[in-house]
Amino acid sequence: MKWNKYFVIPLVLLPVWFVIYHNLQPMTDWLVDTQLALTLGGHFTEALRFFVFEFPKVMLLLMLIIFFVGIIRTYFTPERTRKALEGKRTFTGNVMAATLGIITPFCSCSAIPLFLGFVESGVPLGVTFSFLIAAPMINEVAIILLYGMFGWKVAVIYVGTGLIIAILAGWVIGLLKLEKWVEPWVYQTQMGESDLEDEKLSFSNRINQGVQAIKEIVGTVWIYVALGIAVGAGAHGYVPEDFMAALMGKSVWYSVPLSILIGIPLYSNAAGIVPVVAVLIEKGASLGTALAFMMAVIGLSLPEMVILRKVLKLPLIFVFIGIVGAGIMIVGYLFNYIF
Amino acid sequence: MEIKILGSGCAKCKTLEKLTREVVDQNGIDATITKVEDIMEIMKYGIMSTPALVVNEKVEIKGRVPSSDEIKKILIK
Repeated sequence: MKWNKYFVIPLVLLPVWFVIYHNLQPMTDWLVDTQLALTLGGHFTEALRFFVFEFPKVMLLLMLIIFFVGIIRTYFTPERTRKALEGKRTFTGNVMAATLGIITPFCSCSAIPLFLGFVESGVPLGVTFSFLIAAPMINEVAIILLYGMFGWKVAVIYVGTGLIIAILAGWVIGLLKLEKWVEPWVYQTQMGESDLEDEKLSFSNRINQGVQAIKEIVGTVWIYVALGIAVGAGAHGYVPEDFMAALMGKSVWYSVPLSILIGIPLYSNAAGIVPVVAVLIEKGASLGTALAFMMAVIGLSLPEMVILRKVLKLPLIFVFIGIVGAGIMIVGYLFNYIF
Repeated sequence: MEIKILGSGCAKCKTLEKLTREVVDQNGIDATITKVEDIMEIMKYGIMSTPALVVNEKVEIKGRVPSSDEIKKILIK
């Protein structure tokens, strides 16, 4: 193990991170009250305070977790996941696929090679779908943001329900035997043998992957986080309480399906949507409805459907949207009922 | 030397292409660089995650963007 810059820089930055993270509240107050000398309790002051505190907090959490997730992910390549799923039938396969979907590196741009690779090596269609549903829907950025804004309970609920939807939806798709709606060329594709099955990475290389993950993810999502929290800050100060209650409240029976229908065509990454969800909940939307909205936005996105259309015929795309949508709806109603 | 960058046009694939071109230029390596975007063509290399770096038909890197140093080590062997 070499002591190069890949070790030293993260090791030095970790205590710095800790100190900043635990002193955000006094730093915010000092900036807002002392430096800017704003009147206490004013709408603008409170909105500004919310933003100045929440934005660095969320960004710091993101950086730390993305760094470790980036390192952990170097151990879970799609190839290894495929190997683990080979020959797995029905339910066990679905459970494994959904779980591995959370941790295996995935971006919608590599959904096609992944789908082909799975189908090629005999992973059943339903199991493949469990993976394809879980991978985008249970997003690490969303987990962190939910944890940061609502606490661990909501984060756990999100992961748990996401898993259940991915497992059951994949299982149902498997039962329906929809292989006929997969584009025929998928089965004709000849997949070559990779000679790089198990790439051995040095640990400093894995740390570097963690740093790369920060640059890549935080570099692209910071603007959404800023926008989301700015919207949140604005609503925090200005929009009246219970503004959303009439539309997305518990007593509105159609609120869950309506949120899902609105959520499907909307496209946002997980980072952008969580602060919006925070606002919805604060302004009177019920937890189940807001979670259903969020899951519909990030789990069922139009761009991903367009990509998947290359390998799936239209009826299967609709079945996919229908089953996942129904799953999200059940979760929404369930949480509105429980909480 | 024949270098191929496999990837259907995601951001990472472009980064890998850019880095590889830089390394080739800076070190005066005699190589042709081709970007392969056709999915059927990509699958022939047996990879499931893009981008990938293929040198003389051998997959060297897949599913991640390596550092310039690492690319240099691969190309100057």
